[in-house]
Amino acid sequence: MLKTFRLGGVHPHDYKLSKDAAIRVFDVPQTVVIPLGQHIGAPATAAVKKGDKVLVGDVIGTATGFVSANIHSSVSGTVTAVDLAPDGGNLRKPAVTIAVEGDEWNPAIDRTDTLIKECSLEPKEIIAKIAAAGVVGLGGATFPTQVKLSVPPGKTAEMLIINGVECEPYLTADYRLMLERGEELLVGCVILMRALGVGKCYIGIENNKPQAISNLKSLIVANGYEGIEVVPLKMQYPQGGEKQLIAAITKREVPSGALPIDVGAVVQNVGTTYAVYQAVQKNRPIVDRIVTVTGKLLSTPSNLLVRIGTPINTLIEACGGMPADTGKVINGGPMMGRAMANIEAPVTKGTSGVLLMDEKSSVRGGEMACISCAKCVDVCPMGLEPYLISKLSKLGLYERLEGERTADCIECGCCSFTCPSNLPLLDYIRLGKAETMKLIRARQAK
Amino acid sequence: MSNRIVAPSPHLHGDFSTSRIMRDVVIALVPAFAFSVFIYGLSAVWVTGIAILSCMLFEWLIDRLMLRRASTIGDWSAVVTGTLLAFNLPANISPWLIILGSLVAIGVGKMSFGGLGRNLFNPALVGRVFLLISFPVQMTMFPDTAGVDAITGATPLAFVKEALKTGTPVTEIMPNIDLGGMLFGFKDGSMGEIGALALLIGGLYLLIRKVITWRIPVFVLGSMAVFAAILWLVNPEQYMNPLFHLFAGGAMLGAIYMATDYVTSPMTKAGQVIYAIGIGVITILIRVWGAYPEGISFAILIMNATVPLINMYVKPSRFGGSTPKKK
Repeated sequence: MLKTFRLGGVHPHDYKLSKDAAIRVFDVPQTVVIPLGQHIGAPATAAVKKGDKVLVGDVIGTATGFVSANIHSSVSGTVTAVDLAPDGGNLRKPAVTIAVEGDEWNPAIDRTDTLIKECSLEPKEIIAKIAAAGVVGLGGATFPTQVKLSVPPGKTAEMLIINGVECEPYLTADYRLMLERGEELLVGCVILMRALGVGKCYIGIENNKPQAISNLKSLIVANGYEGIEVVPLKMQYPQGGEKQLIAAITKREVPSGALPIDVGAVVQNVGTTYAVYQAVQKNRPIVDRIVTVTGKLLSTPSNLLVRIGTPINTLIEACGGMPADTGKVINGGPMMGRAMANIEAPVTKGTSGVLLMDEKSSVRGGEMACISCAKCVDVCPMGLEPYLISKLSKLGLYERLEGERTADCIECGCCSFTCPSNLPLLDYIRLGKAETMKLIRARQAK
Repeated sequence: MSNRIVAPSPHLHGDFSTSRIMRDVVIALVPAFAFSVFIYGLSAVWVTGIAILSCMLFEWLIDRLMLRRASTIGDWSAVVTGTLLAFNLPANISPWLIILGSLVAIGVGKMSFGGLGRNLFNPALVGRVFLLISFPVQMTMFPDTAGVDAITGATPLAFVKEALKTGTPVTEIMPNIDLGGMLFGFKDGSMGEIGALALLIGGLYLLIRKVITWRIPVFVLGSMAVFAAILWLVNPEQYMNPLFHLFAGGAMLGAIYMATDYVTSPMTKAGQVIYAIGIGVITILIRVWGAYPEGISFAILIMNATVPLINMYVKPSRFGGSTPKKK
């Protein structure tokens, strides 16, 4: 019996169209727009001004406070603007625009492919290097990695869990990384284990990626990585959710309102782990990332290594161009990604994929009456009652939402996915969740 | 391209739809329907046809003329209600009673609450119980399935109840009961009650298509069997054995098709178990001590009424355990 999480979950078809497309280095664009807020927390503070010359890997934004991250230039050239630029949702956000001149790298960065296994740094030094390199959760959540690695006093990490689940349909960036950069990934695990002072690391991978499982398993055996274990998991969405992954591997469930560290676990995505390897062993900050560009009608679904700040529409052009029948362009996967209003928006640290959907599948089905089929309750991985939360939220009965544990919702979308009446359950739950968080914050402020 | 769609996630939808679910229920009832045609001939076709058509017609009329909205018959739920109502009727019932039953099922049982999804009680059962109470004679005269001549016979449940009332011990009743025949459908009763096996096959289809889960049918039948077994062990001369109860009357139809109605059953797994056990226990209580030989319709309606309460208090198993008590 393969492991999986206990409650709920759905099985969308996985559509991994780009799984056999090797990672391709995408050309450096002529201009990049690098947003200063690419992570959860406070946006970085601009460290350059118009007219400054920068090299690849230079800091152009410094972390503002504890939960924030450094931003680096992904190109060499001249800063042409430090102002507001539209993001994927057409909201204007602080960003640095750089006109590209050549491709000069900061000399501190080791750009060779040589594998460096040894790491004798102290945990504090490792965390400092990760923070300096602006590493954030690259699975899409973009939570600053150094914050996750700084275990609060009174709590202890027992294990590191590496998220290689990639449960979103279509996306294959993590999968290609596990196949093509397996050993760097394992060194990344060793570094993270050292930073946390743990002796055990589990890499969770779903069984629809047998090659990734066998590749990492054989690398571990061949090169004697101690304490690292690959855990094949039964395919089930949203297993890549942090809490679901911990539950699948350890059978421990993070209590309501608590954090993974409360059950002794720290979870990092494979992309993040690879970025940690590069940051610590190669002094290389996050200047690029792997982006899956995919869609049923796209001629060449690909996995591209793209500089941060590259306009997303240029990626689509490089993969065969926008099909005429495109209804939606999604930043991320189809279950949790954001539909974009502005496709000229830049690739950021959180851009795991660009998905094109045809018009027909972009339109939601007509809403019908709720028939109380209870499927939303059955599929909710947090054990909530989506029909009820959605209804309370729609009626504005916000004070009842907290008792229904609305704040636990991870917004995975299983409820809306499964609803036979096409009800926009998650839309209303999001609204209700925001109101619940407001109530909780107001109470804590007292 | 200028009309690009921007909507919140998720951007995928599963392959479930309300009309697909309802269609599946209708498909699942086909074996039982075919069987009742085999037993009762064309009259089974007439009863089912009239019930379905009048349910659809009444829903359409109420939608268009009274609620003044688009018709909802496209969701197939009226077809399900009509089929289930027909299956709760004797095959030789007057067409006027079928039409009246359909009006009560759709009009009172469903549309007066606001239509599909809002009704508290199972509409088909509302129609059936209305007819049973108002027209007890017509509703309990069944064409005989055993012989070729069309003499009306009593259902096994009614036969046993009558015999036990007159003090006949179970050992003298049993030779007249053919359990195997009941399983394969050679017993008297409503159209959909007679073929337990055909109903089970349809139930299996619903399980495979994930329209229903095993919980409600298993707990309804299981609690009936356990309760009947306790009584039988206490006094085998006075109480019928559990197998008889499972194969008799509307146990299968009720447990698989009526108790599992989404709208009128609880939302959580634990709630569904409580509800199903309630149905099983009340069914046996009515069958053994009540005024009617069969009690599953009443049992389901009674438990339907408790569903809002169950939904209020029985919560799902929460991720990470129950909500910590506030200090």
